[in-house]
Amino acid sequence: MAAVAATIDTRVHGAGRFEANPATRDSVWVKVLVLGLGITYFAVFLLLPLIVVFVEAFRKGVDTYFAALVEPDALSAVRLTLLAASIAVPLNLLFGLAAAWAVAKFQFPGKNLLITLIDLPFSVSPVVAGLIYVLVFGLQGWFGHWLGEHNIKIIFAVPAIVLATIFVTFPFIARELIPLMQAQGRDEEEAAISLGATGLQTFWRVTIPNVKWALLYGVILCNARAMGEFGAVSVVSGHIRGETNTMPLHVEILYNEYQFAAAFAVASLLALLALVTLALKTYVEWRAHRPIAEEQSV
Amino acid sequence: MARGVSKRVLPGFGLSLGFTLAYLSLIVLIPLSAVFIKASTMTGPEFWQAVASPRVVASYKLTFGASLLAAAINVVFGLILAWGLTRYTFPGHRIVDALIDLPFALPTAVAGIALTAIYAKNGWIGSLLEPLGIKIAFGPPGVLVALVFIGLPFVVRTVQPILEDLDAEFEEASASLGATRWQSFTRVVFPTILPPLLTGFALAFARAVGEYGSVIFIAGNIPMVSEITPLIIITKLEQYDYRGATAVAAVMLVISFILLLVVNGLQAWSAKRTGRAL
Repeated sequence: MAAVAATIDTRVHGAGRFEANPATRDSVWVKVLVLGLGITYFAVFLLLPLIVVFVEAFRKGVDTYFAALVEPDALSAVRLTLLAASIAVPLNLLFGLAAAWAVAKFQFPGKNLLITLIDLPFSVSPVVAGLIYVLVFGLQGWFGHWLGEHNIKIIFAVPAIVLATIFVTFPFIARELIPLMQAQGRDEEEAAISLGATGLQTFWRVTIPNVKWALLYGVILCNARAMGEFGAVSVVSGHIRGETNTMPLHVEILYNEYQFAAAFAVASLLALLALVTLALKTYVEWRAHRPIAEEQSV
Repeated sequence: MARGVSKRVLPGFGLSLGFTLAYLSLIVLIPLSAVFIKASTMTGPEFWQAVASPRVVASYKLTFGASLLAAAINVVFGLILAWGLTRYTFPGHRIVDALIDLPFALPTAVAGIALTAIYAKNGWIGSLLEPLGIKIAFGPPGVLVALVFIGLPFVVRTVQPILEDLDAEFEEASASLGATRWQSFTRVVFPTILPPLLTGFALAFARAVGEYGSVIFIAGNIPMVSEITPLIIITKLEQYDYRGATAVAAVMLVISFILLLVVNGLQAWSAKRTGRAL
């Protein structure tokens, strides 16, 4: 999964190449069988859930749908979700750039360990990701007593929601940038420096343009996860309506109150976000791998 | 000396590595260590009771069993989908390819309620299965369905680039030596894609073990029957049993670390065998 953007090739053209070659061409019945099974699986497990979200959202009519979206608790959930993402994504972007710069441009001992540790949050259960902040900042936690004395609320409040969001989206941007910047090496940056550019100029004019698509790709995935995270945020949120509910948590509350149409209405916004994410991701993959000649002629 | 200087021609090493280490420690390493520090204050019997009570053991069996089965299902269908996407042209190719990643992009809570709506007994598929006596939602099969959904992209996305890069020469050579298509597949193609298949399996399994959001809506969460381990942690927290929750979390963390090492090993093997990084 690392550096998906950097490894995805010209998929659509590829398929025809294999079909044109007698040595790699499968018989028609194999193709029908493979595509039949594959597309059925795809339709049942991926397409159907997506369709159901929108059908259920509009089951009680358009008025109910929009009423569920403009209701104050829903709006407050949207605001909190946007707030958490708008803090988590830039911080993880900054981290991704710093980590990739250090790892790709310099030699130091323990580099492979560092790369593994950066990936760590992906292998931790979201529930555990929430729990660790309870252990640090909760009432019974390391800083619980001190925070209580100073009347600072982190757990069951917005700061913990932001922290949990940062944790679960931690590796997204770094893991896109690191392999790409490692592959690019440091020749171009060294040339810029030797021609008299400052470090910052080199970074903005040489490094960033070279990695812009991978960077955008990481930001898109990071943002989608930041807005959609459920488990980690659920542990630290406290579920206070209108205060510490993000959109996914609001969906859960509505669902558990049997307000299915409203739950699916809010869920449909998140599903739309997912579709936009996939569309952007596909566009970035396509842009990142267009031959250079084509890029210049546009 | 001259070598040392040329190595550090670029500025910002101290700043970037310093920030990386500080941020990594503050957000990830120190909070994660809290689990082990808190767990280490428990006595042996207390810890054992928290992590090995019958209800918790039942949750391990369900979590690991359903995760293994879901990952295995995704190996089979992931390979079929990856093969279809790389080898065949068909209408809708681009859309199918783009939507494969839906489980990465769709929030798990949304997936959870959508799958429940489909597989509940009055749902689109649930109502068809109900007369046959098959119940999916609100039981272990529901857990399996949710884990299949969230693990679907892993195998496709690890195998697909390898299949694309596979030079037609190998299959041409085996065909010219008289191999059938099936022999070419089993003897030439399959050994090449085995490492990425296993990597995809391990990634899907690791993701499924920790999954929470998509499962809890459809599982029914019946103790001893359809309660997953992450939910046990939440339940203990809600009962203010912080020590018990931490003990179970420590077990899950250790398993996560082992899986991370397995995945890294598989990826290194895969990169060596296929000549490219995943």
